[in-house]
Amino acid sequence: MSTNEQAVTLEVNGIAYPVQVPMDSNLSGVLRNTVGLTGTKEGCDDCECGACMVLLDGQPVNSCSYLAVQAEGRAITTVEGLADGDELHALQRNILAAGGVQCGFCTPGMLMSARALLDRTPNPTDDEIRIGLSGNLCRCTGYAKIIAAVRETAVQL
Amino acid sequence: MTLTIATSIDDVLAAMANGARPIAGGTDLVVGARQGKVTMPTDLVAIDRVTELATVSKDGDSIRIGAGVTHAQLLTNDVVVNELTSVADAAALVGSPATRNVGTIGGNVMNGSPAMDTGAPLMVLGASAELQTSSGSREVTLADLWTGPSQTSANTDELCTALVIPQPAPSSGSAYIRLEYRRAMEIAVVGAAAALTLDGDSISSVRVALTAVAPTIIEVDGLDSLVGAPANDETFEAIAAAAREQARPISDLRASDRYRRHTIGVMARRAAHAASVRASGQIVPVPVNRAFGVGENPENIR
Repeated sequence: MSTNEQAVTLEVNGIAYPVQVPMDSNLSGVLRNTVGLTGTKEGCDDCECGACMVLLDGQPVNSCSYLAVQAEGRAITTVEGLADGDELHALQRNILAAGGVQCGFCTPGMLMSARALLDRTPNPTDDEIRIGLSGNLCRCTGYAKIIAAVRETAVQL
Repeated sequence: MTLTIATSIDDVLAAMANGARPIAGGTDLVVGARQGKVTMPTDLVAIDRVTELATVSKDGDSIRIGAGVTHAQLLTNDVVVNELTSVADAAALVGSPATRNVGTIGGNVMNGSPAMDTGAPLMVLGASAELQTSSGSREVTLADLWTGPSQTSANTDELCTALVIPQPAPSSGSAYIRLEYRRAMEIAVVGAAAALTLDGDSISSVRVALTAVAPTIIEVDGLDSLVGAPANDETFEAIAAAAREQARPISDLRASDRYRRHTIGVMARRAAHAASVRASGQIVPVPVNRAFGVGENPENIR
């Protein structure tokens, strides 16, 4: 073991993953390359675009700019943790139905921010939805259909 | 490289005495290191689980904001929103929900950016930074703390544990407003904070500080001459003129120096106006930028 690596246990979507990671690894890289969950995307690697959004103890965090070793002992939720087996989460069904997915790269991050928003604010106004998703960039859809999907989910849940 | 996860201030100070550097949310440090702008310290001590750093409390005549209080907490804390409203204005503008969830006021202050949003509000409210080592603590005014872009007078073994702010007098209000080109993931083009106390319709004290127009956040000098003046457009224009005069802006990707010098006056005038409205007891919702800001009707006050 290199002195620059540390053994940590990361709890991802309720499963404990004992991993050996370089101290300066970002969480998104470890989730994708070590844990093997590639739903979380790396876009800007600069805390700007939100493609890497995961939940840490229920709060959205940019995982590209968060040290993996610092996440030990926190509950990490990735987009893979949204669905219940083969049953998609209502947010996933609605974003598909609304046409809120085009290239799909921003979708995992959008879903995680939306999930945290609805957990905290079950009946958000459109303004609250826009603020809740304000750290997530989408270059395809123009946002309107994504916001509609979140609004529809709030009505259903 | 090592990372220690601390759960008490004593743990943090012991690690720092041995050369470790503190990390809270990492939104400045990790981003900077990944971009190659800063070197990742060899030894880090994570301070985000130190609960004693994450509280807002009243202590005699002062309000103490723990350095580990996140921007998201500032926005929902009644003491901050009601009595230190400009700090809440600033916290609401920082980054995105994700940035606000992990980014802390101590990190914002100690990162020392001249464009930091919480800096100008803290300065006009008279905040000091409480710096601790394993052998003692001291309080440093923000004017003495910030020595240049990303530079502070704190020693490497000193941890900022709190921002200590005198209890504002009755009939006081404060506001922070910034020029921004978009509503999220933005950094101040320029910004201004004002804190103002009213005696009837006239001003009994006023402080104004400016964001992103000098190597550090700076306070506008010479406003004592406005004590006793009415809180009206003429007075607010005098504040704007002083802000334009004292700004030392640079030109960069986001704005030219001339544009910054002009708009800092606009921000200072609006911040002073909003602070006076709050001081009079009316509610201007947080953040001022949305109710009272760029491109909005200044009459939009409720």
